Amino acid sequence: MKNITIIGAGMAAGRLVEHLTEAGGWNITLFNAEPRGTYNRIMLSPVLAGEKNYDDIVTHDAAFYETHGVTCRFGEQVTGIDVAAKTVTGERGKVPHDKLVIATGSTPFIIPLPGHDLSGVIAYRDLEDTEQMMALGAGDRAVVIGGGLLGLEAAAGMLARGVDVTVVHLMGHLMERQLDEAAGYLLRKELVGRGLKVLCSAASKEILGADGHVTALRLEDGTELPCDLLVMAVGIRPATALATEAGIATGRGITVDDHMVTSDPDVLAIGECIEHDGQLFGLVAPLYDQAKIAAATLAGNRATFHQRETATKLKVTGIDLFSAGDFAEGDGRENILFRDPARGVYKRLVLKDGKLIGAVLYGDTGDGGWFHKLIKDGADISEMRDTLIFGPTFQGGPALDPMAAVAASPADADICGCNGMTSSTSTTFKAAA
Amino acid sequence: MSEPTQNRPETEHPIRSTCPYCGVGCGVLLSPDGAGELQVKGDPDHPANFGRLCSKGLALGETVDLEDRLLAPRIHGTEASWDSALSLVAEKFKTAIAEHGPDSVAFYVSGQLLTEDYYVANKLMKGFIGSANIDTNSRLCMASTVAGHKRAFGTDTVPGTYEDLEKADLVVLVGSNLAWCHPVLYQRLARARKDRGTRVVVVDPRRTASCDIADLHLALNPGTDVALFNGLLAHLADQGALDQAYIAAHTDGFEEALAAARADDPGATGLDPQDIAAFYVLFTGTEKTVTIFSQGVNQSSAGADKVNAILNCHLATGRIGRPGLGPLSVTGQPNAMGGRETGGLANMLAAHLDLENPAHRDRVKAFWNAPDLAERPGLKAVDLFKAARAGRIKALWIACTNPVVSLPETGEVAEALKTCDFVVVSDMYAETDTARLADVLLPATGWGEKDGTVTNSDRTISRQRAALPAPGKARHDWAIYAEVGRRMGWGDAFDFKTHADVFREHAALSRHAGALGRDFDISALEELSDAEYAALPPRRWPLTDAREGGRFFADGGFYTPSGRANLLPVTYRPPLSKRAPRYPFRLNTGRLRDQWHTMTRTAKSARLSRHLAEPFLQIHPEDAADLGLAPADLALVESPSGTAILRVLISSDVPRGTPFAPMHWTGETAPAARIGAVIAAHVDPVSGQPESKASVVAIRKFDAAWYGFAVSLTRPVPEAEYWARVRSDTGWRVELAGQDTPRDWAQFAARLFGRTDGAQIFSDPATGRMRFGFTCDGRLEAALFIAPEPVAVARDYIARQIGQPSPDALAARAGAAAPDPGPTLCACMNVGRNTILGAIETHGTDLDTICTKTTAGTNCGSCRSEVADLITAFSRREAAE
Repeated sequence: MKNITIIGAGMAAGRLVEHLTEAGGWNITLFNAEPRGTYNRIMLSPVLAGEKNYDDIVTHDAAFYETHGVTCRFGEQVTGIDVAAKTVTGERGKVPHDKLVIATGSTPFIIPLPGHDLSGVIAYRDLEDTEQMMALGAGDRAVVIGGGLLGLEAAAGMLARGVDVTVVHLMGHLMERQLDEAAGYLLRKELVGRGLKVLCSAASKEILGADGHVTALRLEDGTELPCDLLVMAVGIRPATALATEAGIATGRGITVDDHMVTSDPDVLAIGECIEHDGQLFGLVAPLYDQAKIAAATLAGNRATFHQRETATKLKVTGIDLFSAGDFAEGDGRENILFRDPARGVYKRLVLKDGKLIGAVLYGDTGDGGWFHKLIKDGADISEMRDTLIFGPTFQGGPALDPMAAVAASPADADICGCNGMTSSTSTTFKAAA
Repeated sequence: MSEPTQNRPETEHPIRSTCPYCGVGCGVLLSPDGAGELQVKGDPDHPANFGRLCSKGLALGETVDLEDRLLAPRIHGTEASWDSALSLVAEKFKTAIAEHGPDSVAFYVSGQLLTEDYYVANKLMKGFIGSANIDTNSRLCMASTVAGHKRAFGTDTVPGTYEDLEKADLVVLVGSNLAWCHPVLYQRLARARKDRGTRVVVVDPRRTASCDIADLHLALNPGTDVALFNGLLAHLADQGALDQAYIAAHTDGFEEALAAARADDPGATGLDPQDIAAFYVLFTGTEKTVTIFSQGVNQSSAGADKVNAILNCHLATGRIGRPGLGPLSVTGQPNAMGGRETGGLANMLAAHLDLENPAHRDRVKAFWNAPDLAERPGLKAVDLFKAARAGRIKALWIACTNPVVSLPETGEVAEALKTCDFVVVSDMYAETDTARLADVLLPATGWGEKDGTVTNSDRTISRQRAALPAPGKARHDWAIYAEVGRRMGWGDAFDFKTHADVFREHAALSRHAGALGRDFDISALEELSDAEYAALPPRRWPLTDAREGGRFFADGGFYTPSGRANLLPVTYRPPLSKRAPRYPFRLNTGRLRDQWHTMTRTAKSARLSRHLAEPFLQIHPEDAADLGLAPADLALVESPSGTAILRVLISSDVPRGTPFAPMHWTGETAPAARIGAVIAAHVDPVSGQPESKASVVAIRKFDAAWYGFAVSLTRPVPEAEYWARVRSDTGWRVELAGQDTPRDWAQFAARLFGRTDGAQIFSDPATGRMRFGFTCDGRLEAALFIAPEPVAVARDYIARQIGQPSPDALAARAGAAAPDPGPTLCACMNVGRNTILGAIETHGTDLDTICTKTTAGTNCGSCRSEVADLITAFSRREAAE
C-alpha cells in the first residue's frame, strides 16, 4: 500500500477518492478545512432556497469513508507541505505520503471595501455561508454584491425566504459572462418581477456598520442600501498559498501539466486551485475530468486532460437559463436569434465556420444539452442551420421543397428534386437592420 | 316600387341542381343545412355524370359563404337602393342611345348566366335597344366552334352526345386537357377505355394529365392543327377511306377542301412522320372515332379553320351523327351552350337564328313585337372593349364576368372601363378587378341561389335550382334586366313574373326557329306549367312534338340553304403573334385542375387551393437552363402588351420554346401574375375569338432580393412586387417576393398581417433568413418566412399550425413527433405527397394498392395520374440505386 494525502474534500477531491478506492492500493488521508466530507456544493442554492436539505446533497458520508478506510482529517487546516520530506502538516500533526494531491479549491474574492471585515459580510462558498443566509427571513434585508451566477442564486434563495434582497452589479447587465445583453435583460425583468431589487452599473463604495455588524452598503453615487447581511459574490481565486509556500510552481493557479502533475513529480493538483494551459476552472465537469486523469496518472497510466467547452445553467427555480461556449461578437461570427416575447423565450446561437461555438438560452433551455454537445463536438451544422435553434426534434426530416406551392407533383419531378436550393447561403442579400 | 318576389329556395331535400363550372353540366344533389352550409353530392340520375363529380364540383359547398359578397346596390361606391340604382342605369342607357345611337351602348355577359338571364338580356339589347352589342365571355371560349359549326352545318349544332365516348373505338382529344378541364368526361372515357380498350390519341403541344390514358400523344407545334387534319383528309382520300356516298349526298365543297388539304404540309406540325402516320392509320381504320376538341382549337387566330379542318375529316368519312362517332366540342362554361341558344353573341340573333337573315329577323321582330331589332352584328368582345377604350361606348353593362382579368391585354381593358362614361357591373362579388371600376354595382344572385336552366356540351338542358336564399338585396340577373327594360319604357315586353315565364317564351320562340328550319327547337316545353318547369328533369334537345334528343346529320339534313354540309378549304396559318428575337417564346395558357376562370368562386375553397396554389410558368428544362432559371425561381414574362411574374416549374411536359402558364390569377389573388396582361389582342378573323394560347413572350429571371411565404388566420394584405394569395383550411397563405428589401422586416410583417403586438422573431442575418410569428393566447395566428432564395419550408404543415399552440412554428417544419404529410396531392381526401411516398415504400408500386392504402385518388380520381407519376419517379430512383 502506498500513502497518498489529499488536501481538500471538495467535489474534485471527492471524485478522486472514488477512483482511488475503486482502484485500491492506496492508503488515503483526506484533509478538509470544512468540518465535513464531500458534498455537492453546486446544490447549495437549492438548499438555500429551501428546496433541498443538506443531507440530500452529501455525496460521501461517514460510512463511505469508514468502509473504504479513508483517514479523515476534517475541520483541520493544513499548515505546511514539505515536498522534499514528503509530509503534510496539519493543525493536528504531520502525515507522510508517497504521493500528494492538492485540491484546495478556491477562495471567494472579497472586495477590500472599507468595512469588508464587519460581521455579516460573507461570501457564498460553503454550507456555513448558506446557513447564515438561511437564518434570514421576512423583514430582514440583504444586499448581494455581484449579479453573476452565484450572486443571483444567493439572492433568489434569500428572496424565496421572504428576505428583502438588493443585487448590486458593477456591469451593465446581469451574468455578463454567460449572457448577452438581451438575455440579461429578460432575466432581470423576471427577477424584478419576483420582487428582487437589481441595480446594474452600480459601484460599491463602502460597507457601513454598527457595533461591528454590517448595517448598509453605500454606493459610489451615494445611495445607501440598508442590510442585515451583505453577500459578496464577485468571483473566486484559486487557493494557491500552500503550494506557493511549498515551492511548487504557480501562476494564477497551481501549474499542472496534461497529467495533473505539478512542478514536483510526486505532487498532483486538481480542481479550482489549478491552472492548466493558462485556464482556470470553476465548473464541475472539467473538475471531474481532472480527477479521472489524476487517478490514471497515480496508477501509472498515461492519460491526458483536454479542456472542453462547459455549459452553465442558473439554478433558480422557474428561471430557465443556459449558456455554453463563446458568444462574444467577433469577425466571422454569425448569430442566429429567436425571440418570443409572449413566452419570454430568448435564444441566441453563435456560429463560426459552419460550426456552433456558443449558445445562450433563456426561458426554454430544453435543448441546452444538445447545443452543448454540438459545441463540444465541433459538429458541422450547415445542413441544419435553418432549424438548428429549434433543437434536435426538428432535425433530420425530409428535404424541404421551395416548389411546394406549385409543384404538388410536377409530372417529371424527382421525389426531392429541389433540395439543392435549401442550403444555398451564398446569395447576396440585404438583410434588414 | 315593390321589390320583385325572389324565388324561394326549394324545400325538398336533396335538391337536384347542376354544377356551375365547366360545360359537362354535371347533376348535383344539394342538401342545405339551413345555416348557409351546403352539402354537395353527384346526382346518380343525371345523364352527364351519373353521380360522378370532380374536385371542383365536390368543393362547391365550400364556396357558398357570403364573404366578399356584394349585398346591396352601390352607386360610385356608396350603397344605394335598387330603385335609384336601376333608375340611374335606365336613364344613362336611354341618354346614351338618344345622344349617340343604340350602338353606343353594350352588354358584356357570361357563359355562367342562366338561359333565362341570357334570354332577357339579349331581348333587351337586340330587340329593344336595337343594337347587337351584346357579347359574352363565351367569345373567349367557344366562338371559333360556333363559327366552324355554322360554316359547316349552317347552325351551331353539336351533332353527338356524351354516350359516344363510351361507344367509340378511338377518341382523339385535340387541344383538350379533358382530365383537368372536363374531369367527369375524362373519367367516363377512362372507364370506357378500361372496359373496352378504347384507343386514345391526344393532340396537344403540352404533355397534359390527359396523356396518361393516351396510346399516342402528338405534341405538335402550337397552332398547326389545321396542317395535321389537312394531312389526315389527304391521307383518307389516298387510302380510299372516304364515304363517297355521304360526300355526294350530303356535302358541298369536298374537292376544294381536299385540294386545299393536299396543298398543306403536315410537316408544319413538327411531329415525327411516323407518329403522324400512326395517327392517320388509326383514324383511317377506326370507323367509330370521336374527335373531342376544346380551347386548344378555339383560342386561336385560326380557331374556326381548325374546327372546320376537323369537321372536314368527319364529314368526308360520314362519321357524324351515329353512335360512337363524330366531332364533339366540349365547352368551358356551364351555359356556353345556353348562351348560344338564346343568341347571346354579337353575331347571333336568338334561338340559333341568324342576325343577317331578313326572314329570321322579321320572325323574331314580330314575335317580340320589337320596335328596333338590330340588323347587323354588334361588337365582339375584344372589339367591344377596344371601342370602349376609343370612347365609342358610352354606357356598358358587364354581368357575371371579370373581363379586366380574362380578356387579352387586360391593361387596355381596364383603361376602357375608365374611359367609358358609365359602367354597370352586376356580380356576386364587390371585389373583382372589374367591379372596382364600375359606376354602378348591382348585387346578383349566384349559383345555389339562382333558378333556371343551363345547356351542357351535349345539348342537355338541366335545371339549376336554388338551395339557398338570395343574400342581402341580391336579385336574379333576368329580373334585373327585365326591370331595366321596363324602366326604359318597354313594360309589356319585359313583364316577366318568374323565370318560368322567361323559359316558356324562349321555348315558344324556338318553335319559330324550328319552323324556319333551324336545329334549335324546344317547343315541346313552351307550355310547361310552373310546376312542370320546377320539376323539369334533364332533357336533351331538340324537344319538339315529333322528336327528342338524339344525334344530328347521320343522314344529312344540314341547316344550310342547300341542306348540305360545307367542307371548307382551309389552309394552315401560323399564329398571328410572330416569334422574334426579342420575343423568342410562345406562351401557352390554360386551366388548372382545381381552379376555374378567375377564381372568384374556387379561391374560396381551401381544398381547391391546395393543388398548384400559385401561378406558375411551366418551362422545358433546356429553356430553363438557357435562361438560368432554377426550380422555384420567379420568371418575368414579357410580351409586347404587358408582363407577368410567375413561379418557375421546370418540366419536360412542355416542348422547348413553348412554356405554359395557367390563366386564373387576378388582382385579388396574384396581381403580378395576371396572364391576360401578356396575351396579345389578336383574334380569329372569322370568330373574333382571341388567340389566347400563342402569344409571344420574352422570359428572364425575376431577380428577387427576397422571397417570402406567409400564413394567416385573417386575410393578409401584401405589399410586394410579387404575391399570390390563396385560402387554406385555417385561413390564408401567401407567396411573396420583391426586388426592394424592406428596411424593417418586423414592420413589414406587422403591416402584412395588420398586427400591432410583438412578434416571435427568428433571424439569421448572415443567411438573410427572417421569420415572424404572431400569437394570441399562445395560438399561432400568422407567420411570415423570408429568405434570399425561394423559401424552403413545409408549407402545408405551417398552414396547419394556424390556430394551434405551436411554439416552434417558425422552425417551419414538423418536429420528430409529427410527421409531415407533405404538399397535398389529393385535394379531395387531403393526402400529402410524403404520405404517398411512405405508402409506396411500405406497400410497393401498385397504383390501386397505393390509392386504397392512402385513400388518394379514391374520390374524384383526378390525382391518380399524379400518384402514378410518384410511383414512376420512385421506381426510377430505386432502379438507379
